[in-house]
Amino acid sequence: MDTNILDVRGLFKYFPVRQSILRRADNFVKAIDDVTFTLKRGEVLAVVGESGCGKTTIARTLIGLEEPTRGTILFNDRAVGQGLSLKQLRRHAQMIFQDPYESLDPRSSIYEIVEEPLVVHKIGRTPDERRAMVEAALEDAGLRPAEDYFKRYPHELSGGQRQRVVIASAMVLEPELLIADEPVSMLDVSIRAEILNLLRELRQKRGISIVFITHDLSTVAYFADRIAVMYLGRIVETGMTNEVLRSPRHPYTRALLSVVPVPNPRLRRERVILQGETPNAADIPSGCRFHPRCPVAVSECKLTDPPSVQVSETHKAACLLIK
Amino acid sequence: MRRSLLEFWRIFSCNKLGLLGGFLVLSAVAAALFAPALTPHHPVDVMRDANGRGLTFAPPSVHGPLGTDDAGRDIWTELIYGARVSLTVGFMAGFIAMFVGSLFGITAGYFGGWVDNLLMRVTDVLLVIPDLPLMLVLVATLRQMDLHVSPLIIIILVIGLLYWTSTARLIRSQVLTIKERQFVSRARAIGAGHGHIVRKHILPQIMPLIVANTVLTISTAILVESGLAFLGLGDPTKPSWGTMLNFAFDRNAVTNGAWWFYLPPGLAIVWVSLGCILLGNVLEEMLNPRLTAHHLEDDENMIAIPASEGK
Amino acid sequence: MSERHPAHASAALAGTADPIKRPILSVRHLTTEFIPPRGMQGKSARALEDVSFDVMPGQTVGLVGESGCGKTTTLMSVMRLLPSTGRIINGQVNFKGRDLLAIDERQMRKVRWREMAIVFQGAMNALNPVMKIGDQIREGILLHDMLDREAAEERVGELLEMVGIPRARRDQYPHQYSGGMRQRAMIAMALACSPDVLFADEPTTALDVMIQAQVLELLRDIQKALGLAIVLVTHDLGVVAEVCDSVVVMYGGKVAEYGNADQIYNHPQHPYTQRLLASFPDVNTPTAQLTSIPGTPPRLTDLPAGCRFHPRCDARVAKCSEVSPPLITISEGHFAACYLCHGQEAHF
Repeated sequence: MDTNILDVRGLFKYFPVRQSILRRADNFVKAIDDVTFTLKRGEVLAVVGESGCGKTTIARTLIGLEEPTRGTILFNDRAVGQGLSLKQLRRHAQMIFQDPYESLDPRSSIYEIVEEPLVVHKIGRTPDERRAMVEAALEDAGLRPAEDYFKRYPHELSGGQRQRVVIASAMVLEPELLIADEPVSMLDVSIRAEILNLLRELRQKRGISIVFITHDLSTVAYFADRIAVMYLGRIVETGMTNEVLRSPRHPYTRALLSVVPVPNPRLRRERVILQGETPNAADIPSGCRFHPRCPVAVSECKLTDPPSVQVSETHKAACLLIK
Repeated sequence: MRRSLLEFWRIFSCNKLGLLGGFLVLSAVAAALFAPALTPHHPVDVMRDANGRGLTFAPPSVHGPLGTDDAGRDIWTELIYGARVSLTVGFMAGFIAMFVGSLFGITAGYFGGWVDNLLMRVTDVLLVIPDLPLMLVLVATLRQMDLHVSPLIIIILVIGLLYWTSTARLIRSQVLTIKERQFVSRARAIGAGHGHIVRKHILPQIMPLIVANTVLTISTAILVESGLAFLGLGDPTKPSWGTMLNFAFDRNAVTNGAWWFYLPPGLAIVWVSLGCILLGNVLEEMLNPRLTAHHLEDDENMIAIPASEGK
Repeated sequence: MSERHPAHASAALAGTADPIKRPILSVRHLTTEFIPPRGMQGKSARALEDVSFDVMPGQTVGLVGESGCGKTTTLMSVMRLLPSTGRIINGQVNFKGRDLLAIDERQMRKVRWREMAIVFQGAMNALNPVMKIGDQIREGILLHDMLDREAAEERVGELLEMVGIPRARRDQYPHQYSGGMRQRAMIAMALACSPDVLFADEPTTALDVMIQAQVLELLRDIQKALGLAIVLVTHDLGVVAEVCDSVVVMYGGKVAEYGNADQIYNHPQHPYTQRLLASFPDVNTPTAQLTSIPGTPPRLTDLPAGCRFHPRCDARVAKCSEVSPPLITISEGHFAACYLCHGQEAHF
């Protein structure tokens, strides 16, 4: 069935910047500033951008660690926070965190870590039942024989193994949706491939849908069906991965792609190196938020916030210069 | 768990001061527990001489290593039995302070917001009022009220309910840090409720600090109890070391030159307090969360390479 | 001072266009060990073993490898900035005619910063948070007695301009600078005394890809303008391909392969280099299958016998687990330490 497992509409998340204890906040960090996207069942959507673009905030908001300021998140057509409680959401959607060294409690054993979601959601009526589920999850994540890992502690495992434990604990509830926040950024290069391959395998076997947050465009090319490029709290371009990578329409996407380091010393290409830095999300430029750094900006860009333009059936970009 | 205890012992045993502190405390506890075995007499027995007269203010001798008091009772016996009282009051008051302090600290740190504000303002109020005068007033008033409760219980409660503030602050700041760590976010993302998170993720992290801090609080409690007892607010039927000091001064041990009456309890107080402080300081240093990872990690992190490499 | 090893110094190792040019820095057989800190038990770790490579003036050498391979330790050893538990037990560091490992600390201090400077990863930690950026740069100049206060101040302005920071921001504090700007400030500091060699330890790892591009472009421009030699330590094969002329691939504290960028990327000979390249995604060839290397890099306290990579290598033979292979000459300036390669043993 071609249903959307996730439907995000008009999502906003503003963080107040408080000047003093007494005065109310008059300035906001606009971490997410009107984001709309969908995720089809079984699909991998990569949300890409540099630091400060809002991608981690989106991950945290989807899983309920942050409350949206405005907008709706529909999970299987039920609105999170209204028709669907957070606890119910988390029964079917799980998050994988970025830092395998920090996301595991150093004082819990591997068994306890993977068992925890079962305990919290009261799945598995007997310890034996739970044990079987933990064992299956660890083995599916590539840690075999699972029993060897039960009594060990995170500090005894390597980064790659820890991340597998994180994946096992996310999968033990057999969720429909995985939100992976930079799952391989902190791993060594040669280990990244194996974790990415594991995620690919899980997606093929179980048909889970994945929202994959990353800043690494090279990984996106490998793993994602669709890609959404974010800049300063807004999605500026979205479409099928190979389409966006081959013919990017938004100037920001073009610039990013031109400077991604490629392991090929013979490659000569035109690098578009943007000057300056991403502005503060509390101080978003007028009109198109990218215009101060845009190499092809025209005077209108300072005035109008560009709407999303359909480039092809599955490809959209928000730029005034697109016909 | 066992592995980290062994690890702990290995590192702890290298610290001479810590071992000394441990010895001081444990010897005092042992003395209190095995009091009857260590003392030939009973605290109320009066030593009599050949003529049946009470041997008052007798200096240390073969018969009584610390001499006798103004009524002829053996000081050594009083001292050892006094350990029971001082240590019991100290430990119980310390535990109450630890319990209340941890409760306040965890609640304030975990929930933040107005809960934090409220609890911290209460803490501030207690911190501002001078301890000793407040305690004197409370103890004296409660005793006047004829509640049919042992004076020692009153002292335990008063100390316990006034000395939790520094523990609360310490625990709170630790909880604030731990709350932001990714494994707590993960627990929340899984759907765990507050109780589960506090029990399974926060408490194990702060337990070592609570233990270390409790030892220090016990030391304070013993000192405070001694002070209160010295001022006459203790239970004369169950003399603690502070009470002994009170007797000594009240009953002219000084003018009589009976140093064996007032020195031993004073030294005993120093003995235990010092022990607790040494032990507590070493424990706190060792269990400081900033260093905790160092002890639990294996030799992967032994190599002193700048942070850019490693892991 | 006359050259110690004229034969080696004149041999251009990693194939450069100009065979007559002499390397400005020549590392030979560098071997470094770490002993356990006092009071702790444990074995000593052989962090570096027999590491040799050349740095040609005006060129960039990349030290590539994963965590624990010894690349940072190499920089620290060359600059003699090892912690107290580190010990260089063998080797020479030939720099401008003398062996840096043979001089005393007083003389070494004159070399550091004036002739050789280093930029660290995570500029946040290397900058003093309570000192103005301009003052910190000036401190580096004044400490080396090179100029008086006024001239030093002018130099600070020059340096800031060189790295693209507006002079007016000289009086700001590190927390007022963004991550990219802090890294530029670090580079400015390193260039203060016009060194001949710049070491950069993962200079762009923590930075966004656009800022990374800016910093790399800056390094390239500075190199062209000043004739600076750069030694870049990184785990990012993309960055190395982009900016490095020659590449040293390190594994378990040893050199696995060494050559110019074209040789390493297009004709890798060592199985580790090959597997590493195969595990690195390329945004231009998205559908290629990514492979990973099974197992984990070895613990330096517990190195395998023989070739350090053999437990994870699927092409190993019996000899690999017995004796560590020496560097074999594959072609002019291209060397690999593997028994599967055919060629003469290289002599440095």
